[in-house]
Amino acid sequence: MGKRVRGWIQFAALLIQNANFRGFFTGKLYQGGGKTVCVPGLNCYSCPGALGACPVGAMQSFLSARPVKLPYYVMGLLLFFGALLGRAVCGFLCPFGFIQELLHKLPFPRRKVRAFRGDRPLRYLKYAVLLVMVIALPLALAGTPAFCKYLCPAGTLEGGLPLVLLNRAGLKLPVGLLFAWKLLVLLAVLALSAVIFRPFCKYLCPLGALYGLANRAALYRMRPQMHRCTGCGACARACPMQVDPARTPNSAECIRCGLCVEACPTHALRLGVRGEAPAPGPKPADAE
Amino acid sequence: MKKLLTPLLLLLAAALVCAGLALGQHAQVLAKAARVCLECIGVG
Ligand code: SF4
Ligand code: SF4
Repeated sequence: MGKRVRGWIQFAALLIQNANFRGFFTGKLYQGGGKTVCVPGLNCYSCPGALGACPVGAMQSFLSARPVKLPYYVMGLLLFFGALLGRAVCGFLCPFGFIQELLHKLPFPRRKVRAFRGDRPLRYLKYAVLLVMVIALPLALAGTPAFCKYLCPAGTLEGGLPLVLLNRAGLKLPVGLLFAWKLLVLLAVLALSAVIFRPFCKYLCPLGALYGLANRAALYRMRPQMHRCTGCGACARACPMQVDPARTPNSAECIRCGLCVEACPTHALRLGVRGEAPAPGPKPADAE
Repeated sequence: MKKLLTPLLLLLAAALVCAGLALGQHAQVLAKAARVCLECIGVG
């Protein structure tokens, strides 16, 4: 699948998940049945356009309720998306991932940062965010969805900014210290996105952490044909998530964008469904 | 065994969703998502 096709799918996913366009003018949230279902990616349910519920927000609302309720329904939906698609959710369906990717396409700064010291250890941070901010803190502190409250930049961008600008939510003084903090987090993520490919996805997103764990088991996966691989490294150089798909085809960091598949001169990599027969494709000798 | 992993996970997912539906958790998701969440937007 070409880069352009993926871009259009991402754009369509963003539009479909936020198709309550009237909300952007009235500031009123959609309240219909669509919101009984969690969307697969990070999309704030307080966005005036949102037609579905955010899985991370929904999970925390159960865990921070008293008495605590185990969120079977949300866990089931997340497991369903993960087992089917793994991090292809990130590569194709998540609006906040798409926004970061668009910012990375900006022509400035000219020099983009691919890898830096500390990149690898920082990737583990998202697992800590998942365990501490999405699970432990809401369990410990009643009524505190810690990830939404203190970190989530999607909430600030998609919910906070439009609602504050439209002066909805019945707030007299909406811009307090907490809002300033969240705005700072958002601005940092957006600014970094112009330099680093998807910084929030790489380092902080709890959904990325969950779907990354599911990559190994997911139905949609990388299916390398190693007898074709010449070890040239073109795939690893093409990967914006700094994965080497010839060595770790189902890495938790792979968002299934397919850039490595396009870059491989011998057609050794392929994205597809587990168990499917390998495509014939040109032999290495035929390839340029 | 590896081949069975995805179907097993999908089955588990279906069981969890059904359990949640039986407990009315979809309605709780709607109740939360239909109102402005002050924490999400950074003012609560
Ligand atoms: S890592 Fe999170 S924000 Fe990034 S694309 Fe995946 S779900 Fe979306
Ligand atoms: S390994 Fe390939 S499909 Fe995965 S993120 Fe890197 S380039 Fe994209």
